[in-house]
Amino acid sequence: MEPAKIIEHSGGVIGVSWLLIALPLLGAAVLLLGGRKTDRFGHLLGVATAVASFVVGVLVFLQLLGFDPAERRRTVPLYDFIPGLTKMGLLVDPLSISFVLLITGVGSLIHIYSIGYMAHDPNRRRFFAYLNLFVAAMLLLVLADNYIGLYVGWEGVGLASYLLIGFWQHKPSAATAAKKAFIVNRVGDFGLAIAIFTIFTAFNTVSFAGVMESGAHPSQGTLTAIGLLLLLGACGKSAQLPLQSWLLDAMEGPTPVSALIHAATMVTAGVYLVTRSGAMFFPEGSTAAIAVTIVGVATLLAGAIIGTAKDDIKKALAGSTMSQIGYMMLAAGVGPAGYAFAIAHLITHGFFKADMFLGAGSVMHAMNDEVDMRKYGGLRKVMPITFATFLIGYLAIIGFPLLSGYFTKDGIIESAMEHNATLGWLAVLGAGITGFYMSRLVFMTFFGQKRWEADAHPHESPAVMTWPLIILSVGSIFLGGFLILGNRFMTFLAPAVGRPEHLPSFHPFSVAGLVTLALVAAGAALAWFKYGAAEVPVTAPRGSFLTTFARRDLYGDALNEALFMRPGQWLTRLAVFFDNRGIDGLVNGIAAGIGGTSGRLRRVQTGFVRSYALSIFVGAAILVGAWFVVGNL
Amino acid sequence: MNGTIPAPTIEYALLAPMLVVFGAAIIGVLVEAFAPRYLRSAIHKPLTLLALAGAFVITIWQARTNIPTRPSAMGAVAIDGPALFIWGTILVLAFVSVLLINDEGHFVASASAVPGSAEEERALTEGAVHTEVYPLVLFAVGGMLLFPAANDLLAMFVALEVMSLPLYLLCGLARRRRLLSQEAAVKYFLLGAFSSAFFLYGTALLYGYAGSVDLAKIGSALGSVGGQDTLLYIGVAMLGVGLLFKIGAAPFQAWKPDVYQGSPTPITALMASGTLVAAFGALLRVFWVALGGLQWSWTPIMWGVAILTMVVGAILAITQTDIKRMLAYSSIAHGGFLLIGVVALGDKQQHNVSALSALLFYLVAYGFTTVGAFAIVTTVRDAGGEAWHLSRWAGLGKRRPLVAVVFSLFLLAFAGIPLTSGFFGKYAVFQAAVEAGATPLVVVGVVSSAIAAFFYVRVIVLMFFSDPAADGPSVVIPGGTWAVGAAAVLATVVLGVFPQPVLDLAHTAAQSLFVR
Repeated sequence: MEPAKIIEHSGGVIGVSWLLIALPLLGAAVLLLGGRKTDRFGHLLGVATAVASFVVGVLVFLQLLGFDPAERRRTVPLYDFIPGLTKMGLLVDPLSISFVLLITGVGSLIHIYSIGYMAHDPNRRRFFAYLNLFVAAMLLLVLADNYIGLYVGWEGVGLASYLLIGFWQHKPSAATAAKKAFIVNRVGDFGLAIAIFTIFTAFNTVSFAGVMESGAHPSQGTLTAIGLLLLLGACGKSAQLPLQSWLLDAMEGPTPVSALIHAATMVTAGVYLVTRSGAMFFPEGSTAAIAVTIVGVATLLAGAIIGTAKDDIKKALAGSTMSQIGYMMLAAGVGPAGYAFAIAHLITHGFFKADMFLGAGSVMHAMNDEVDMRKYGGLRKVMPITFATFLIGYLAIIGFPLLSGYFTKDGIIESAMEHNATLGWLAVLGAGITGFYMSRLVFMTFFGQKRWEADAHPHESPAVMTWPLIILSVGSIFLGGFLILGNRFMTFLAPAVGRPEHLPSFHPFSVAGLVTLALVAAGAALAWFKYGAAEVPVTAPRGSFLTTFARRDLYGDALNEALFMRPGQWLTRLAVFFDNRGIDGLVNGIAAGIGGTSGRLRRVQTGFVRSYALSIFVGAAILVGAWFVVGNL
Repeated sequence: MNGTIPAPTIEYALLAPMLVVFGAAIIGVLVEAFAPRYLRSAIHKPLTLLALAGAFVITIWQARTNIPTRPSAMGAVAIDGPALFIWGTILVLAFVSVLLINDEGHFVASASAVPGSAEEERALTEGAVHTEVYPLVLFAVGGMLLFPAANDLLAMFVALEVMSLPLYLLCGLARRRRLLSQEAAVKYFLLGAFSSAFFLYGTALLYGYAGSVDLAKIGSALGSVGGQDTLLYIGVAMLGVGLLFKIGAAPFQAWKPDVYQGSPTPITALMASGTLVAAFGALLRVFWVALGGLQWSWTPIMWGVAILTMVVGAILAITQTDIKRMLAYSSIAHGGFLLIGVVALGDKQQHNVSALSALLFYLVAYGFTTVGAFAIVTTVRDAGGEAWHLSRWAGLGKRRPLVAVVFSLFLLAFAGIPLTSGFFGKYAVFQAAVEAGATPLVVVGVVSSAIAAFFYVRVIVLMFFSDPAADGPSVVIPGGTWAVGAAAVLATVVLGVFPQPVLDLAHTAAQSLFVR
């Protein structure tokens, strides 16, 4: 089934869906411009705008449900954005509303959690302003009905991410991480920008509806180029290979930021981009779509391997995020059969990853911001709620039967298996590794002996932090089954992204499913023997070269440094040298030459009127002579 | 019939602006002769300003009602669109210059006294003032009005002298640095007389060639008279020397720095603005009306003069340490830029209109900025008078930020930075020149502008990024100077941001071109 046509809409809540973006944007503006005066209530305003936006989102969702499925793609024209190029409008359809609910829903919970987490930070108001800014930008990204509007949101998200990663800018590591994220994203954004230029050249429009209904038939080469450039953009924002290196460093930001931006929402923008453009630029079996699946599989394995070796709890979770988004990319590359699973996994992942990140934040809050899991251990007894909610998130991500991740990840593996068996089996392998590293994380943190620092006095976090955890864990339990069983989500999403002719049916006991479960169980068991039952050394052992390989992020940074950073630095030095010696030398030489000429020439200005008269006379003579020469030519 | 001379027909109404200025000048002389000393100043100031303002109003009124299509006053004067525009410009510039003159302390008490003598001392203690300045200025302005409107070479020569003679005198009237001022006056007079002789000799030779001194008749003779090329070439070259001397084009520029430096600064402002405008008007008229048919031969020569003028002006300005001399060289360079516009005049009607309107706009823009710059120069004072040496301007931005910012604005306008009037002036002239095919000239112009930008910006850097000296100059801003500065800032900014009305006005004025 093809995606439905986009129709213009006015009236109702959908007609004012710009409020979704305007509310958090207003919050950010008030908090940033209001300055210290808003310190007192800043966090409350930030939460209020996010929650209000969520309420609007729910109302929009309900109104959308009232329409016939074929009429659920609605664009709300706003204003003439770039006259002669594109109008600005919001596209409300099943795909964008799914994102809206995730962003505002999980976003609101994280806002609430941050009240407690950032309670002692002197710049809490600024933090909430940035969070609001992020939510507004992300909503613009998913709601814009054209590529340029999406690009504005895309860049806004990048900016908010930069500001939040570097929020504790007094730490050099945070400042560097923010810069790194920004620069790596720039590479991806560059691809997206060129993709948009190419789209405009090929279709003479940048709106989704325009491109979809355009009569233009660009060459296959152009379409593939656009697809690959869009993929480059997606790789940057979603931390996919080869632009993955920034995500692990991004954990320098406050933990709610890691939860909201670098797990639940922003990093999913790439998946959104691929899904949104899927019908146009990633048709099933095309080169671009194959590239998406390869990137997805490579990243899901790379992320999982990195996750096995990290002792920093947030970095282990970041590796896991990379890996899970790799799954989504894989599914998005599969085509209409995978879109629903990709987005469903994205949503359930948003819940259980936010749950675990916030849980990790809760642990760090209790352990004096210690992030090294080798200094945790046995925390389940002192932090029962955090432990329970974290456990649910953990079970969901490894795909424990009947929890959210079980349904969505299994869907992805099945659809990949149907598409290409190699990809499918690699995804199964990834699931096994996930079982190992996530179990390792849980065992090192909550089980085993206490390996706390002397001054650590862990305690359960306040209610404002635990309640979001509880809500998120409820989602982690039930959401997957709700979405997948009976193809509920696939049917809902079909008008926006299309769906395969034959709806897949859920097989609880397929071969791939059983092998996956077996591998996950094996991974978990291995983790138990190494980290649960055995003593965990407080300082990391040297490990084999494989461990080192994983610890060093598969040498991604080393590769970047060798390939880009050092040559770039050499180029800079060369340019500086050339500028100093060559260009400056030339310029200074000319300046000196002119100055010298000036100094010599001014001696002609003797001050004697007789010399002046002589110069006039000579000049007149030359003029007369010149006239004769020219006149007789 | 015998022995009777037919009375000439004179269109007094059309000549009214000049008549008002000259009339006021003569009244000024009578005031000098009959009014008691303590009253003179009080009479002169309003009289001069009113005359200039009245003449300006009449000019506007004329421009709005009817612009003659034939020469007036028996063919001696041509009042046409460009002439009226130039008149308006000169009158406004003269008005603001007189506001500068009004402010006390620029002129010597007794010009005839030997500098440093007891006689001078006595005149100073008596508080004597040279009120002759006012009628002299009015005569000079009258000459400036006639110069670009003169339609035959004799009338033009008379205008040249009427304009120049009062200026020679005014140059020598500076209150401070008397010797420098008198030297400037003598130099200006000697060299001016020298160049006038060239002009007159050229006139005679052209009369010999064409049998007339009427510009249009010379123009029509170009095609019909044969075998007299020697007379023509020497005559045109001589005439050119006289005109190029007045605008200070190289190699006839040597007088400008010395005279600009020695003269009382308000008089420098008047010369740098009004005289330049008038001289360009006359130059355009001669080369367009009389020598239009000879264009293929004067264009290459004008190329050479323009290039030499720009380069000499820009390069020599770099090593100047005296602010007034620097502005003088800057004025020479700007003369070169304007000559690019003269070269752009060509065969095609459309080119002519755009080149002429560009020149007219440039003259307005440059005139205002230059009066403003010299006005600022009058305000920065040491114990011995105005502080001319650039080192004295160091750190002015810290001591008197407003003055420094305003002066920087004028310098940026001279450099032709966007959002100042200088940008559009240069842009319009360069564009007209490119359209007329003079692209290499424009390249030289742009390079010279870049060189010139160096010494303008150097002054800005000096004012804002150097520490002020402990005994730095003080800044005194009398009311008139304040008004002049404000007007110049207004003109510089408005013409830089919203130039269209004046561009349109210049375009309309240029539409009719010069009458023949």
